[in-house]
Amino acid sequence: MSAPAGRLPPFADYVVMPLLNLVVAFLISGLVVLFIGESPWEAMTTMLDGALGRGEGIGYTLYYATNFIFTGLSVAVAFHCGLFNIGSEGQAYVGGLGVALVALALGDVAPWYLTAPVAILGAATFGAAWAAIPAWLQAKRGSHVVITTIMFNFIASALMVYLLANVLRPAGRMSPETRTFAEGGTLPKLGWLLDWFGLSIGAAPFNVSFLFAIAACVAVWALIWRTRLGYEIRATGISPTAAVYAGIPYVKLVMIAMLISGALAGMTALNIVMGNANRLQVEFVGGAGFVGIAVSLMGRSHPVGIVLAALLFGVLYQGGAELAFWIPTISRDMIVVIQGLVILFAGALEFMFRPALVRLFTRSARPARPAAA
Amino acid sequence: MREAPVDLVQFLGLVADAVPSAIRLTVPLLFAALAGLFSERSGIFDIGLEGKILASAFAAAAIAHVSGSPWAGLAVGIVVSVTLALVHGFASITHRGNQIVSGVAINFIASGLTATLAIAWFQRGPQTPQLPAAARFGAIHLPGAEALRDVPVAGWLYADVLSGHNALTYLAFLAVPATWWIVYRTRFGLRLRAVGENPAAVDTAGISVTWLRYRALICAGVLCGFSGAYLSIAQSSSFVKDMSAGKGYIALAALIFAKWKPVPVMAACLLFGFLDAMAIRLQGTPLPLVGRVPVQVFQALPYILTVVLLAGFIGKAIPPKAGGVPYTKER
Amino acid sequence: MTSAAAPAIELVGIDKRFGAVHANRDIHLSVERGSIHGIIGENGAGKSTLMSILYGFYQADAGDILIGGRKVAIVDSQAAIAAGIGMVHQHFMLVENFTVLENVMLGAEGGAVLAKGEAAARAELKRLEADYALEVDPDAVVEDLPVGLQQRVEILKALFRGADILILDEPTGVLTPAEADHLFRILRVLKAQGKTVILITHKLREIMAITDAVSVMRRGEMVATRRTAQTTVEELAELMVGRRVLLRVDKKPAVPGDVALSVRSLVVKDGRGVTMVDDVSFDVAAGEIVGIAGVAGNGQSELLEALAGIRRAASGEVFLSGEPIGVCGTADPAMLRRRRLAHVPEDRHHMGLILPFEENENAILGYHDDPRLARGPFLSLDAVRADAREKIEKYDIRPPDCRLRTANFSGGNQQKIVVAREIERDPDVLLVGQPTRGVDIGAIEFIHRRIVDMRDAGKAVLLVSVELDEIRALSDRVLVMFAGRIVGEASPAASERTLGLMMAGIAAEETAP
Repeated sequence: MSAPAGRLPPFADYVVMPLLNLVVAFLISGLVVLFIGESPWEAMTTMLDGALGRGEGIGYTLYYATNFIFTGLSVAVAFHCGLFNIGSEGQAYVGGLGVALVALALGDVAPWYLTAPVAILGAATFGAAWAAIPAWLQAKRGSHVVITTIMFNFIASALMVYLLANVLRPAGRMSPETRTFAEGGTLPKLGWLLDWFGLSIGAAPFNVSFLFAIAACVAVWALIWRTRLGYEIRATGISPTAAVYAGIPYVKLVMIAMLISGALAGMTALNIVMGNANRLQVEFVGGAGFVGIAVSLMGRSHPVGIVLAALLFGVLYQGGAELAFWIPTISRDMIVVIQGLVILFAGALEFMFRPALVRLFTRSARPARPAAA
Repeated sequence: MREAPVDLVQFLGLVADAVPSAIRLTVPLLFAALAGLFSERSGIFDIGLEGKILASAFAAAAIAHVSGSPWAGLAVGIVVSVTLALVHGFASITHRGNQIVSGVAINFIASGLTATLAIAWFQRGPQTPQLPAAARFGAIHLPGAEALRDVPVAGWLYADVLSGHNALTYLAFLAVPATWWIVYRTRFGLRLRAVGENPAAVDTAGISVTWLRYRALICAGVLCGFSGAYLSIAQSSSFVKDMSAGKGYIALAALIFAKWKPVPVMAACLLFGFLDAMAIRLQGTPLPLVGRVPVQVFQALPYILTVVLLAGFIGKAIPPKAGGVPYTKER
Repeated sequence: MTSAAAPAIELVGIDKRFGAVHANRDIHLSVERGSIHGIIGENGAGKSTLMSILYGFYQADAGDILIGGRKVAIVDSQAAIAAGIGMVHQHFMLVENFTVLENVMLGAEGGAVLAKGEAAARAELKRLEADYALEVDPDAVVEDLPVGLQQRVEILKALFRGADILILDEPTGVLTPAEADHLFRILRVLKAQGKTVILITHKLREIMAITDAVSVMRRGEMVATRRTAQTTVEELAELMVGRRVLLRVDKKPAVPGDVALSVRSLVVKDGRGVTMVDDVSFDVAAGEIVGIAGVAGNGQSELLEALAGIRRAASGEVFLSGEPIGVCGTADPAMLRRRRLAHVPEDRHHMGLILPFEENENAILGYHDDPRLARGPFLSLDAVRADAREKIEKYDIRPPDCRLRTANFSGGNQQKIVVAREIERDPDVLLVGQPTRGVDIGAIEFIHRRIVDMRDAGKAVLLVSVELDEIRALSDRVLVMFAGRIVGEASPAASERTLGLMMAGIAAEETAP
């Protein structure tokens, strides 16, 4: 992305600009709501109330946020290596297969805290495997990873439908899904965490995957900014030529970054398949992979930003569900619009407001600079 | 369905049957790939073909329903598609933003907005109402087609392959020589090809790089408008959520495979169209050796083929040199 | 009609700033019609900015431009072309996969449909080629043409649009001395036909050879104008730098030891399969600097890249202290660094540095695997920053802030970061490419000093540079490369003419080693 001239204090760069981009995205969405004859104000208050108004809503918000943290981290790791991984949706989907196989195998015989680590491995492995071919094609053949990962999303849909309808479906059942997991194959809820804050979790599926997600945030931060591998990933992402000069093997780095990215996407399935649905269903990811792109761009590929952005989108998703219930003309597709607008403003138009901000901040800064002629 | 696998004669029969269908399935891909040709030749990656197609499909269906005229639908579809193209231009040309991100954003915006508006305006889920025949592009029968049908080979060619398509189909194939002429025989085309290779050379020759690229995007928008309108008011009779189903990306693959040249683009799109048509006919039919192939394999086939093409095992493609890089004057 | 006495171009009080950088300060310049006027100055003196203003790329903050005595507002390239100004850029503005004719027609097609203007363009092109001795096949594809012919296309483009004033920006940087001579012949023809030529260069010899008058720029100002016949190279050099310039580096004679780097029959091809290094063999001993002279594009870059493990060689062998390095397959920069080979690359912006990284992150680029910098799988930030601060102090890198983004350092300081990084690892063999390109004089002297220090410490140094002065100042032995081959060896004291002939591939005085 371009970096125009003009210096901004870090606060402006990392807080003001993203906020500004977000506000504009919302304003435009508000215009769309007006356009279809509803009140943006009412829409917004309904959303906020639905997402944050009571414990159950907050629980749902955090549940969705967990998904978006994983997919946001997934996209971010790939971004740091200069790769645009649009395939988190498919990688999460296939990751679900790994989770389901473990949960089906171990759920009857082991408690959740023994099944979970194996399931994490399963999710990560399957997710990474689904990212491996596009990764290899980009690294070795120069095939554009954007198109190949999108194609693999479609292929994943077909593959999983086939497996669920023909292989994993228990005999006699109609719907294409696995049987329900036994208790050992499900993740416990985090109701107690909300109780600490005096909130009741109600029916929300907020579960321990959230803690895994936070752990993943810390791990990704340490990886990218504190390890040698992270240094190599960032170098490769910014300047492949310099990376080659520095003896960093491009193919290996691309593969590693994409595999980590796929693994993180795969872990989204833990939250949904083991933490909520307790079985593997068709299209369970429900667009979370794509939200991850918006989350990563908004969060500037940094775990802290990603958590904040994921929470925001969690609010949007849960609020959106409430909104669709109370104002049926505004469907959940509206959230996809907001998602697109956020990607547009946080990603492609991120510097649109920069000149104005530079003027604002240099005017209010100390007048130490000698006046220009 | 018969249990014995198809033999050669039956297979050839299916092939012949598939040809007119293949032509119809090629059309949206062809329009979209030609659209991508204009924008990529000028140096702008256009991942947003998918979104433009979808938006145009919705607009065309909606307007055709309201006005009863397919041509009005087509016109508005084109306007909508061009608008999205200008948004992409605003982000990637004027603000030099990341072109892939901008394209992806447009795809999401289109996907969400079309579904939202469909639900809000037509109240029957994320789709538009079914269109009567008058509001769609109907089949055009060439003179004497029925009479000539029984003539061997030539009659089949005239009556089944050439005749009976709708107006947009004919326009699609006419767009190929038109595109060729524009790109290789006009001043605009010369400048278009130049700006995709070396925008600085165009700039120093006193030509506006920005305006040139915007014009390329407008051309792309127009062609995508045709593609989307075809989907909803020619091939089908309504708009359905996400009906483009990845065609914008497949068109890109065809474009890359065809090395950004108009006639090979047509051939590549025909290949996809033909495979699609064969897949429909072979579904459920046992094939020699493999037996019955699951329907999902056929569904995934265009996407798998795209990946194979992009893997470059069938020739390496060299894109326009300035592709994907925003133009800034040197300092 | 303009008066015959009025200068072709006159600049009055041109001033231009880019933020804090005052690129052009109150420039006054007068160029006589029908003359060849040179403008010289170091890198960063403001010549390119001035010419960009003349060609409409930038607008001056203040001042006027007069063409033939009349004030003209040049707001963009079109206005410049309309005013009769044509520019031949340093990096050609050609569309490589177009033909010559298409390149010339671009922007002056003569109609919306190409066929209309093509015949007329062909005829006009033929006329221009004949009038100005600029023969070139109009249907040849530009990327197949040698550089000298490509430049002719650039000149034809300008003339095709009716340029009366031609500005040439560093035209001989990519030409052999023989091609440069031919260019000068063309310039004389242009002058004879009444065109005005402005020649921007930093090569004093060219100024003396071809110009009628010369203006000197220094740090954004026009410091002097002289008639060429009345000045000398020394005076111009002093005006350029503002003080007496040492054209030599003080150094003791070399004491070469054992052979440290040995190259045998090396063949390297580029991405398209074209042979760029053609059966090259030479040795570099410990304690000596071997300089490879040659015009850019004769294979030196590919040679360096192969030796550094960045590019795979097609055949041949390379030995480091007697041990082979697998140059055809297994060599990679990381392994070579472990074998004590360091590399200061030609392109510091894209290869030697990662500009968005902090200075301390670039100070370990290529050496980030060093166990002394690690704490388990983690990088010890303390160790990395301490290491960077040490180098900043030793090499006087400014500003002395190891957390600052590398892009914010000047060219000279950036190069010092690279040089410090590679030299402080105490390699046995140092490969250096264009070490002072885009670097200010103070840093140049510093870097030259460090390179000689390495040699005095008994290291082997291979220096590649297109600046013949630099080669002759630093090298103990000079090898000349032309068309991928070593065509001769000479002493650095050999005459310019001798070296120049070898660089043009003419008459090897001594056979290649």
